[in-house]
Amino acid sequence: MVKGQIETENRVQVQYRLERNKKDMRHQFISFLLMIFLTLVAFMAVGFGNFSAKFVIPFILVLASVQVGFQLYYFMHMSNKGHEVPALFMYSAVLVALVMIIAFITIIWI
Amino acid sequence: MQIQEKLSFETWPAAPEKETLEGQNKVLGFWLFLGGETVLFATLFATYLALKDSVPGPGHALAKDLFSMPLVFLMTMLLLTSSLTSVYAIYHMKNFNAKKMKFWFVVTVLLGLGFLACEIYEFNHYVRDFNHTFSSSAFGSAFYTLVGFHGAHVIFGLGWITGLVVRNWRRELSLYTAPKFYLASLYWHFIDVVWVFIFSVVYLMGMVG
Repeated sequence: MVKGQIETENRVQVQYRLERNKKDMRHQFISFLLMIFLTLVAFMAVGFGNFSAKFVIPFILVLASVQVGFQLYYFMHMSNKGHEVPALFMYSAVLVALVMIIAFITIIWI
Repeated sequence: MQIQEKLSFETWPAAPEKETLEGQNKVLGFWLFLGGETVLFATLFATYLALKDSVPGPGHALAKDLFSMPLVFLMTMLLLTSSLTSVYAIYHMKNFNAKKMKFWFVVTVLLGLGFLACEIYEFNHYVRDFNHTFSSSAFGSAFYTLVGFHGAHVIFGLGWITGLVVRNWRRELSLYTAPKFYLASLYWHFIDVVWVFIFSVVYLMGMVG
């Protein structure tokens, strides 16, 4: 009887695990579709839209950042629990990256 | 759980890549590495942005003369899809299905090879038809360093995943191999992260002018 109980418990756990993986997969597939959509919008804004550079450059940069967010949080599982330290690493890196890029495009002398 | 323990579908943990201390350390260390890679690529992006279109004379090709949208779009789709297939691979890893996991990693490698072939064609085209080489201008140096470094990451990633799949071809999944596959997929996603900024900042912004 005890053995039967353990088996039922295991089956419930396996079922739960499968369901959760499936749910993760669904989120990842939706984020893939959104990433394709964002890519298409960015390419079309440059290829077919008659927008000024002042509008289109910030626009595609925003689209790229959103897409990278999906990649990091869903594809690379940063939205799962236990990813506080990786998030700290990545955000510190982004901070250094932004400061460096801003420095290079504003105070370059060549 | 022990690292060398033989596990089954029923006993496979929910997060096999972090079940052992070794796995936890690997994942944490790998994220630190990815933070460093982000800064590394940022320096290359900063250099590119500062030196974009800096050419010594009027005869040299500029960004708006070089890039063609269909090829960049194809490369983007190949890499983005390969990112999804490696997500599939990890999904099957979490469900203790080694066969399907390896299948999707093989698909990832094939898509990555397609990307690489496009990039080789592209660089060859620039060198032959536009005389745009690594040493022809500051723009050329910055461009090939940034995009070439990304291409080198693709080559390394392909070698890594191929090595893992070949080494584990006949093996079942274990807590020893799970973190290895997980990290390879993280690396592959990171390559796509960098490519998103390359196609936006280098190619699309280059076409805008």
